[in-house]
Amino acid sequence: MARSDTDTLLSPVIDDDGAPFWEYASRGELRIQACARPDCGALRFPPRPCCPHCQSFDSEWRRMSGRGRIWSYVLPHPPLLPAYAELAPYNAILVELADAPHIRLAGNLVSGPNAPLNSIPSERLRIGAKVQVVFAYVGGVAVPRWVLERL
Amino acid sequence: MAASLKDATAIVGIGQTPFAKRLPESEKTLACRAVLAALDDAGIAPSEVDAFASYTMEETDEVEIAKAIGAGDVTFFSKVGYGGGGSCATVAHLAAAVATGQASVGVAWRSRKRGSGPRPWKNTAVQLPTPAQWTRPFGLLRPADEIAMLARRYMHEYGATRDHLFNVALACRNRANQNPAAIMYERPLTREMYMTARWISEPLCLFDNCLETDGALACVIVSAERARDCRRKAVYVHSVAQGLPSQHHGMVNYWNDDPLSGPAWTAARHLWKQADFGPEDVDVAQIYDAFTPLIPLSLEGYGFCGRGEGGAFTEGGALEIGGQLPINTGGGGLSEAYVHGFNLINEGVKQLRGTSTAQVPDASTCLVTAGEGVPTSALLLRS
Repeated sequence: MARSDTDTLLSPVIDDDGAPFWEYASRGELRIQACARPDCGALRFPPRPCCPHCQSFDSEWRRMSGRGRIWSYVLPHPPLLPAYAELAPYNAILVELADAPHIRLAGNLVSGPNAPLNSIPSERLRIGAKVQVVFAYVGGVAVPRWVLERL
Repeated sequence: MAASLKDATAIVGIGQTPFAKRLPESEKTLACRAVLAALDDAGIAPSEVDAFASYTMEETDEVEIAKAIGAGDVTFFSKVGYGGGGSCATVAHLAAAVATGQASVGVAWRSRKRGSGPRPWKNTAVQLPTPAQWTRPFGLLRPADEIAMLARRYMHEYGATRDHLFNVALACRNRANQNPAAIMYERPLTREMYMTARWISEPLCLFDNCLETDGALACVIVSAERARDCRRKAVYVHSVAQGLPSQHHGMVNYWNDDPLSGPAWTAARHLWKQADFGPEDVDVAQIYDAFTPLIPLSLEGYGFCGRGEGGAFTEGGALEIGGQLPINTGGGGLSEAYVHGFNLINEGVKQLRGTSTAQVPDASTCLVTAGEGVPTSALLLRS
């Protein structure tokens, strides 16, 4: 993936629990932490040390289809950090994962993997719209972005 | 059966500095002024203070305040987390300390130069806790963006409108227009101004956001028995609660089955369980209003209306004086001052003393809430 103008945006401050998510993202995979106990297997997000359902510390990272629907969205306007103010108004969306509806990933709806955060006209944003994950590089870290399933 | 906090303690003194976009004095000086004003209001000597409570975000500490005002030996001190969610918990912790004999005179305070000081979200070096990696890179930078996300979903799901949010902003502004201490005292708000205001984070505009204020406030808590001998009419702490719901994620509460029922619901269940009266008996409410959508959400959470009915509740002047539930009678965070909700506590005390600038006739019960959307707290006060 090519580096892009999004390099001036904030990159994630990664903690121990979250590190595998970003590692998989760098391989172009959207994976969510799940309990590894066979009779449990509950998905959880954000990642954490143990399962809130069965308290097991064994976990695995389950690959998601990368499909979802827009649950809500905002259009931030200044005052913002400079790199974001330049793009404002841009969109920030919450995507309800098709594989796990109670998990909603924050992201941005874009026209393509390395397109800027304001590359989709705001009137095209709609709650319920079907989207598909893509990945872009921000400050050397692969982050999920989302494109409309039907353009 | 454990000892009950019900009516065991009372707020007997309140104090505040002027509110402004910029005050010349330091947060420490402002804190001392507010604390001493509250003690003077109560008629209690600073040397009698033996307990303190504030917010973890408060930058003046007990050591500095205690030695500056001339407090005695202090035997209880506590700080509550989660920003504005901690406001009412400062009083709750002191009530618990006084009721159980850990201390006898408690002071809660908040001093903040949020008007002339930095905006916390601009600090990229000190990142917010764990959830930040999942939201900030995508441009959800400010509390306004995080709440706007829930607000749009709320409007979508329940048909709430910008007019409902305007009703909230207007009620607060109208009360501020009656309150000479309020930042917006001489600044009326119209629907035209609201509907044409610049966006901050769509669907929230400028007037959906609280003020940015310099100022400090404090209050004094003692036992109900001691309160009877104080200078002012006692305002009893009838019920208190904190709320951190199961699987809650703070202001980015995006990862559970129902992101739209937040900490208010949890705090409310505990608050009403211990009270002798219910939502229908509340004469006036001071509801945390960093952003207008927190009001409909809180109205639902604290049981003034059903799920999804918070927007409609604001219609027909319900939040105004004479309406079904007058709120934020000093102007609130939206129009009096934004000092992390402490002005809502003091305004609740003023209402029950009968000294508010927008007095609800014969008010004898008041709900005060802390920030909804973060781990929160609430108080029921009665005269």
